[in-house]
Amino acid sequence: MIVELGHFALLLALAVALFQAIVPLWGVKRGDGALMTLAPSAALVQLLLVALAFAALTHAYLSSDFSVQNVYQNSHSLKPLIYKWSGVWGNHEGSMLLWVLILALFGAAVAVFSGALPRDMLAATLSVQGLVAAAFLAFLIFTSNPFTRIEMPPLEGRDLNPVLQDPGLAIHPPLLYLGYVGFSIVFSFAAGALLIGRIDAAFARMVRPWTLTAWIALTLGIAMGSYWAYYELGWGGYWFWDPVENASLMPWLTGTALLHSAIVMEKREALKIWTVLLAIITFSLSLLGTFLVRSGVLTSVHAFAVDPQRGLFILIILIAFIGGSFMLFALRAQSMEAGRLFSPVSREGGLVFNNLFLSVSALAVFVGTLYPLLLEAITGDKISVGPPFFNLTVVPIALPLILGIPFGQRLAWKRGDFLGVAQRLWVLGALTFLGFLAYGAFVHRGPLLAWLAIGLGAFVALASLDDIRERVMRGGISGMASRLFSLPRAFLAMALAHAGMGIMVIGIAATIFEIEKVASLTPGQSVELGDYTLTLEGIVPANGPNFTATIARFRLRDSAGEVAVLEPAKRIYIGRRMPTSEVARYHTGLSEVYVAVGESSEGQKVDLRAYWKPYVLLIWIGPLLMSFAGLLSLSDRRLRIGAPKRAARRAPVEQS
Amino acid sequence: MTRKQKRFAMIAGFGLVLVAGMGLILMGLQDKIVFFRSPSDVKAAKFDMSKSFRLGGLVANGSVIKSENQRVEFQVTDGTNVVSVRYTGLLPDLFREGQGVIAEGKLDAQGNFAAATILAKHDENYMPREVADALKKQGHWHPEDSKARKP
Repeated sequence: MIVELGHFALLLALAVALFQAIVPLWGVKRGDGALMTLAPSAALVQLLLVALAFAALTHAYLSSDFSVQNVYQNSHSLKPLIYKWSGVWGNHEGSMLLWVLILALFGAAVAVFSGALPRDMLAATLSVQGLVAAAFLAFLIFTSNPFTRIEMPPLEGRDLNPVLQDPGLAIHPPLLYLGYVGFSIVFSFAAGALLIGRIDAAFARMVRPWTLTAWIALTLGIAMGSYWAYYELGWGGYWFWDPVENASLMPWLTGTALLHSAIVMEKREALKIWTVLLAIITFSLSLLGTFLVRSGVLTSVHAFAVDPQRGLFILIILIAFIGGSFMLFALRAQSMEAGRLFSPVSREGGLVFNNLFLSVSALAVFVGTLYPLLLEAITGDKISVGPPFFNLTVVPIALPLILGIPFGQRLAWKRGDFLGVAQRLWVLGALTFLGFLAYGAFVHRGPLLAWLAIGLGAFVALASLDDIRERVMRGGISGMASRLFSLPRAFLAMALAHAGMGIMVIGIAATIFEIEKVASLTPGQSVELGDYTLTLEGIVPANGPNFTATIARFRLRDSAGEVAVLEPAKRIYIGRRMPTSEVARYHTGLSEVYVAVGESSEGQKVDLRAYWKPYVLLIWIGPLLMSFAGLLSLSDRRLRIGAPKRAARRAPVEQS
Repeated sequence: MTRKQKRFAMIAGFGLVLVAGMGLILMGLQDKIVFFRSPSDVKAAKFDMSKSFRLGGLVANGSVIKSENQRVEFQVTDGTNVVSVRYTGLLPDLFREGQGVIAEGKLDAQGNFAAATILAKHDENYMPREVADALKKQGHWHPEDSKARKP
């Protein structure tokens, strides 16, 4: 009954979405205020209906209602509660329902929080959002109905893919979707503004908080996914340049560019056309990501089911929205007045530099991800484009960008003084780069390039934070505390986000110093791992709620004595008879020992793969800091990022 | 700088970065890509076999021999031809005889495939698409096997 209600709510939501797409826009065209004001209410009703459908599916999962096909295929009555819950989106249909829920959520959020918007702009924006929602609701209802019943309900479900039974995976998809889908509202703003034909600094100011919200979620979602792959797949890697990872990286790169170009548009009324284009491109890449992941053209853990009909449907949505928005853009872009010119050496110039490099790296990822599909379609050759390609292309593009961060951050608006900035940075630069190089050459040894990369990360991190110190110390020691607290949050956010980038670079560079050992041990035997000794003590069987496990118990010692007992395991999930490996880790500071075991062959022998991973946690602490900075910036309502108070106050004077 | 010079400097800088980026991408597409080959492709020797490539097919039944220090030998088949593979290291969780596998590596002097990586799969039903296509080509594709567990 509840399941049928959910299905019905979904159908109603489609009707409401169509209404929301058509009626307010018609009102805008006719100048009819009454029709325009229907948009926010429609957005709220739509959220209510989709939330109802989502609640119905959640109820089916929590009550293990195996008469629903989706529940039967992806759940099991013995599964722990949290995974029954996360199982709702651990499959194709449920995850698309989540997609639509978040879409409706953003539409409703704009309806609630953007009351100050001009009425026609709000109506046009919500219309476009309604159109997107209608397309995906139709996709959901006609090709991926999560509420399909089974006539003869089975007694037990087939269980969720065990690698997805992990707390990290409970939050990774919602976060990632918040990011992906969050860019939909930015797209709707851009398309709405193009439809109305009014694009100005106010547009940038409106779009920025939504861009920021989506960006925070996407950053966290990607970091979470990377961390999950690291500890769950048992291969010790944090990024595989897998097409599905790339699909999430592309909108992140252009979204980050958008975040920066919107500042220029807001402060200087420049880069207008470019910013609108970026908004369209970013959501187009989100759609492309959804297509790549959901259509089954790629094979990966994310491709739940391969069904050509679904792929075709998403492809049509993709082409319609990307084609339509680009056409709209082409028609209207000419009528936008060109922005002001500015000196190449200036804050604007720095942000353009940022946009250029981010776009080129997004292009490299795009080509590397889609070329195999293209080549196969044309020649039939099957290829894979993996880490060698991306290391060759993305790394050289990213390095100048990262090195540029501390400089761009210090350049003034309109006309900057590069030499002055270099003067302020050279001591710190020399200390970090030469310091780490010298350390690498004389003390620790190791590849100097790795030390150079660590120096780069340290330089960016410290220089970003030093910017805060400079501002606080300006004008003497007295009043330092009050100056720190009166710094605009947006400025602090910028410094922290950039520091996060530097921290991540250090973490990535430090992976060069990791130690990997592959061995077969019988109880009592040990393996050396840097300063640590890992000894196999025994093999113990164990049972979980829906799996059986074989645990290998290790003792980890350093020169001072025993530090930890590590218990990596091999699990067999009962529902699918599917084996997985559970990694064991020992943290010390930001570094860790990482042990994974293979299937124990007959007898008492354990195959293991063990790593010493120095400073590996920095890889995820960096993005965490970036997302936190995003939140901080979001809380700064009055002053947006990049504009310190002083400059903001001075700007009007200069203009006159 | 005059307005014109400014604009020129910007556009020239843009062009330079774009050209450099495209150059890197083209370079990468020239020699950083890995081709997928089936055992029949290997036997036919119709490609440059000195480069590393991906070999895909089914792990032949009864062919897996595990020896000391995680050394593994097994055969990959597409139903018509067979290639021997050597690998040292932990095998993925779902490595099984009779199941699909993709190995990346090079042919050694004896014509055996020295695998540097064996690709992990995530799902017991999941057949790498490349492997499925290769099997279809050889006429050994039985989709009902891989869907046996579905209702």
